[in-house]
Amino acid sequence: MKQLLSGNEAIARGAYHAGVQVASAYPGTPSTEILENMAGYEDVYAEWSTNEKVAMEVGLGAATGGVRALVSMKHVGLNVAADAFFGASNVGVRGGLVVVCADDPGMHSSQNEQDNRHYARFAKVPMLEPSNSQEAYSIMAPAFSLSEELDSPIMVRTTTRISHAKSVVDVNGDRPELGPPPPFIHSPSKYVMVPSYARPRHPLAEQRILRAAQLFEEFPFNEVIWGDRKLGIISAGVAYQYAREAFPQASFLKLVTTYPLPQQLIRSFAAEVETLLVVEELDPFMEEIIKSMGIAVEGKSMFPITGELNTHIVLQGAMKANLISGTQQGAAATTPTSKPLPPRPPLLCPGCPHRGAAYVLSRLRFGPKGSIPQAKVGGRKGKEWHIATSDIGCYTLMVYSPLFAIDSCVCMGASITLAHGLEKAGVAEKTVSVLGDSTFMHTGIPGLVNMVYNRSHSTVIILDNQTTAMTGHQGHPASGRSAKNEQAPKVDMAELARGIGVKDVNVISAFNLKEIEETIRRCTANDEPSVIVVQGPCPLYERISGTAFRVNEERCNGCKLCLDIGCPAITFDGDKAYIVPPMCVGESCSLCVQVCARKAIEKESD
Amino acid sequence: MLKKVDILMTGVGGQGVIMASDILTTAALATGYDVKKTDSLGMAQRGGSVTSHVRIGEKVFSPMIPPGGADFLVSYERLEAVRSLALLRPDGIAIVDSVAVTPLSVTIDGYHYPSIDEVRESLSAITQRAYVLPAMEMATKLGNPRASSVLCLGFLSVFLELPEQSWFDEIRRHLPSRLHDVNLAAFNAGVEAAQQSRKDEGE
Repeated sequence: MKQLLSGNEAIARGAYHAGVQVASAYPGTPSTEILENMAGYEDVYAEWSTNEKVAMEVGLGAATGGVRALVSMKHVGLNVAADAFFGASNVGVRGGLVVVCADDPGMHSSQNEQDNRHYARFAKVPMLEPSNSQEAYSIMAPAFSLSEELDSPIMVRTTTRISHAKSVVDVNGDRPELGPPPPFIHSPSKYVMVPSYARPRHPLAEQRILRAAQLFEEFPFNEVIWGDRKLGIISAGVAYQYAREAFPQASFLKLVTTYPLPQQLIRSFAAEVETLLVVEELDPFMEEIIKSMGIAVEGKSMFPITGELNTHIVLQGAMKANLISGTQQGAAATTPTSKPLPPRPPLLCPGCPHRGAAYVLSRLRFGPKGSIPQAKVGGRKGKEWHIATSDIGCYTLMVYSPLFAIDSCVCMGASITLAHGLEKAGVAEKTVSVLGDSTFMHTGIPGLVNMVYNRSHSTVIILDNQTTAMTGHQGHPASGRSAKNEQAPKVDMAELARGIGVKDVNVISAFNLKEIEETIRRCTANDEPSVIVVQGPCPLYERISGTAFRVNEERCNGCKLCLDIGCPAITFDGDKAYIVPPMCVGESCSLCVQVCARKAIEKESD
Repeated sequence: MLKKVDILMTGVGGQGVIMASDILTTAALATGYDVKKTDSLGMAQRGGSVTSHVRIGEKVFSPMIPPGGADFLVSYERLEAVRSLALLRPDGIAIVDSVAVTPLSVTIDGYHYPSIDEVRESLSAITQRAYVLPAMEMATKLGNPRASSVLCLGFLSVFLELPEQSWFDEIRRHLPSRLHDVNLAAFNAGVEAAQQSRKDEGE
């Protein structure tokens, strides 16, 4: 049956039809929908794990028990899970273990664009890359068989345009009948990696890669498409689609097995064509291996190493290299207006529970000095500024105008630890760290433990919206909700902080500016570590709506104080503020009412 | 059968761009075409720029439309139409809701928001086949401002060779039943508006 599926939906369907029984993941764009789809199957155990390392180990545990397991994450998630990934490569599997890792070239929703294909080579794990949703679906069953045959995890690597693009899939498989798991096999020489048992595992990993290379010579989804033999192109993933469109006449070797590469297949293809190119996104991964085989090939001399490719960029690269002639298409690609267009970046939504803390931090002079006019922070010149280290989540958007409230965002969990490092370096400014509830559970906890143990004086602000909002409202251990949307045990973060040894723990409302300000002032003045849990629900997740506030035009003097909270529902109509009714969530927020000095913002019924 | 049609849809997060492009793509699939679509959302849950590339044809490779390659630009907001204009091919068809959704960069940072005339001028540099219509206003009169996304699909449908029934089926499949009537009415209103515009052109 033909269906339109995203790559992520297709991977989940393929894994389901391959008999996967356990699926684990931590949400991260562009990988999130894989686990969300797995959670929709009643006969699959699916969980949001605390972080990617945990997810990898849960998958390995299931595979060790003899059932098939799927682990999924975004590219930087594999950094968190790397220790477990190398461990899984070392001990191997019993039931098949497939690790899907979704890269984000172009950084649509990521802090970097690392090329995770290097992980396959680094950890000696065979890798497959689908070039559309059909392949994403069809390679899952072979991936699990390979995992079991090679006694190794298999990496399936996608990119944003594979995971999120939708294309036509002939869903022709079905789920096999599955019994209970087989009896556990105690095998210390395979699973207990003391040096004496670990040493013999290394040659096995090397042999396994040689064996995989042999199998990949005949892998059915690798494909040669003969055209004009003047130009031959080796490509994989979505880059293959761009190359096919850019060079409709050329010959192609489309590879799904990108580590180890099928060298015989490549040699025989290369021997048949005059000029050989590799078209790949990000690093020259295949290009360098093919060059090391002694084959003349070009790639990154023509195509950029940074950002996403597309058909246009591939064509431009080939033209610049005089590989093809012709004028550049898309000549109209200039903005046809004289004035610069107003940007429309992502924002904190109307009613967002992070806005109050962000506003207070910026008013208390936390964040980059000089971004906010001095007059707005009530400060004389030379008054001290402070540092707010942040983490990764919706609240990272408080870096933008008009809030400018944070100084760093590096990786998950790096808010608390960076603040601690700054303090220990003797930096004079006060520090606070800001992170979300899901991020605190992910990798924030060890940082807090470290802070207490090593006698930090800093303040940790946990912005608790009770969900993993930025990736689309997934549950986490402090949300009380499971991946299957059932009620789950809920970690009490304030009690956890007390258990770690924080004496000054505060739980306050996200929509009371006075309370937020008093608490931050008091905590940052104290010489002991403190935690502030700022609680308020995500209005998108809870579908919060209410009667919109409106501006009393007689009282409004157009001072624009209300714009400082950065609420998209507030605009200016002439010289008076105007609140766009369908956007305002009303009384559940009321931050604008609290900041208006002239009491000009009121309820509709007043 | 059509050789190839590339449609770029754009708007502001929350306007229903992705849902509309899903309806279009599945309607084309149901008719037997090869189709691909890819969306650019950035990190935005709400409020950011959203674009969706839809490609229909006998065989589609890249999911992304190259610059100057789109046969159609459907925009649910007039600033976003200008932002995406570079993807429209010369004399491609632009269908633009005249509605303005003012970004914070205008309210706070003093950027200039383009007037209707400026938008028309920008469009006319690329194409003489631009249709600017008050889609959200029309949908509001029909009972739901959010039905503007389907109203513009109705307008677009007049230029595409897809059977009416597959549009209706996919609208029903993608929306909860309480919204069927208003959206089917919006689709028809879009069809009528397009037919009227073409008639006016002919005269």
